[in-house]
Amino acid sequence: MTFLDFYEYSLIGLLLGGLYALIGLGFVLVYKATRVLNFAMGEFMMMGAYFYFSATVLMGLPWWAGVGIALGASAVLALGVERLVLRPLVGQPTISIVMATIGLASILHGTAVMVWGADQWRIEPIVPRAPFFLGDAMLPGQLVWGFGLASMIILGFVLFFRYARGGVAMRATATDPHTAMSLGIDAPRNTAITWVLAALISTIAGIMVGAMTNVSPELGLVGLAVIVVVILGGLDSIPGTIIAGLIIGWIESMSVAVFGSGVREIVPFAVILIIMMVRPFGLFGTPEIERL
Amino acid sequence: MSMPAPYTTEQGAPRPEEAVDALSVENLEVVYHHTIQVLKGLSLRVPQGQIVALLGSNGAGKSTTLKAISGLLPLERGHIETGRVLILGKDAGTSPPHVLARRGLAHVREGRCIFPDLTVEENLIAGSYALPRGKPDYDIVYNYFPKLTERRKLRAGFLSGGEQQMLAIGRALVAQPSLMLLDEPSLGLAPRVVAEIFGIIERVNREQNTAILLVEQNAVAALSIASYGYILEEGRVMLDGTVDALLDSPDVQRFYLGHGTGSDGAVQSYRTVKHYKRRKRWLS
Repeated sequence: MTFLDFYEYSLIGLLLGGLYALIGLGFVLVYKATRVLNFAMGEFMMMGAYFYFSATVLMGLPWWAGVGIALGASAVLALGVERLVLRPLVGQPTISIVMATIGLASILHGTAVMVWGADQWRIEPIVPRAPFFLGDAMLPGQLVWGFGLASMIILGFVLFFRYARGGVAMRATATDPHTAMSLGIDAPRNTAITWVLAALISTIAGIMVGAMTNVSPELGLVGLAVIVVVILGGLDSIPGTIIAGLIIGWIESMSVAVFGSGVREIVPFAVILIIMMVRPFGLFGTPEIERL
Repeated sequence: MSMPAPYTTEQGAPRPEEAVDALSVENLEVVYHHTIQVLKGLSLRVPQGQIVALLGSNGAGKSTTLKAISGLLPLERGHIETGRVLILGKDAGTSPPHVLARRGLAHVREGRCIFPDLTVEENLIAGSYALPRGKPDYDIVYNYFPKLTERRKLRAGFLSGGEQQMLAIGRALVAQPSLMLLDEPSLGLAPRVVAEIFGIIERVNREQNTAILLVEQNAVAALSIASYGYILEEGRVMLDGTVDALLDSPDVQRFYLGHGTGSDGAVQSYRTVKHYKRRKRWLS
């Protein structure tokens, strides 16, 4: 591998990592609010991409209307799921709820196959395809734009949680919903909002991924790969997810460069296995505060 | 064989004329998991602007009473079988906790329950949600608890136990509640800290005119600031009266204030106390 290859693959990996971090943010939001790892996150991405596909390709609407419709439909879907599937399970063991999200993933996958078929569909990317050049490295335009958008969304969330009053309330709800409620915070509403926000993030990510690959029922598999990122980042840490996203993106890109695309899915899992043995709560997850 | 009805007085705490009670609990029966009955017909009143103590041993149902009042009970799989709770004269019904909190009820839960990963300041911001309208006044909290001022930016998990209790009470104060439920504020604290906190509770009551229902194991401390007291045992009010009356009662002295000595002058073991208490109740 020449230095230029290394440089180019590294940059592409980091850009990809930004996207992973965005998808990971969807996981982290739900995990922080409900202590549930939502295995249906990838399927939310897929549904978002299909909503966008239906609006722009099937109905022929312009891209901005497609984005609006996809976001709106995903929000409704998330609200429905929260109300009908998750709220009745409040107070049940976490494992039951996690199983419910796995079931939900299958249902969404099956619904997509029934409604849109198992074929692959192309959607036009919103952002320009023209590649960027950084030194001698040629970077795909979509990836660069996607990285930029992902960074801005993530930054927005970080600032919101850090400084906004509503962000404080959501963090309080995530730590201890009962106490939050006794302080006047509408915890069930906050939880529902969290699901909607996660679905909106997945939709944006789904449209970006759908434009880079294709829209198909298997699009949700990206979400499964991002679980590696989230676990590595410590499940409840947004900065951890960002760094883990970049790490996994880079490792994935490098392993493709060195071993070819066959190992793409394996290497990140192998890496996480090793890291988790050393740090079981992830790279940046918080072991509980303990006062001595 | 049926249990004889426990002794309770009918008239309750002295009532200032024409004022509605801050809290009135009527004949409350609470069952957990549909099987375990914890409260068996409990009634109590907290007049506006007064401190009322709710005393009793472990498992008597003190915390359950507070949860039933603040609406937290259904979240812990308990439910109110019969009876009702009136907060400022309004039936609390099945309102969820956050709605009751916005009506002026503050519940400082047992074990403080501060948010450890939030800073002191952010904990107070969380408390501002119970304020129905207007800008929250955080200075009120820092006035009562000057120790928290220099800790503003510190994560609450790093505070000492006493400071955490201060934060828990301060967080409730942000919303300027008309009724505050305090669950064991002395839990796990050094006597000096307990004295300090109870002094502040008394000041809050006097200066903010906040009615307080104070649940405590530390009967001495609780009765030192309360005006009226209820003694709870196995889900029922065993005894109630003004603090002076309670302090004069030989039973209270013996079982709750630790003045109990046997006929030979030695301190009695808990075993005999328990037996005596049970016998006493059966005979009453």
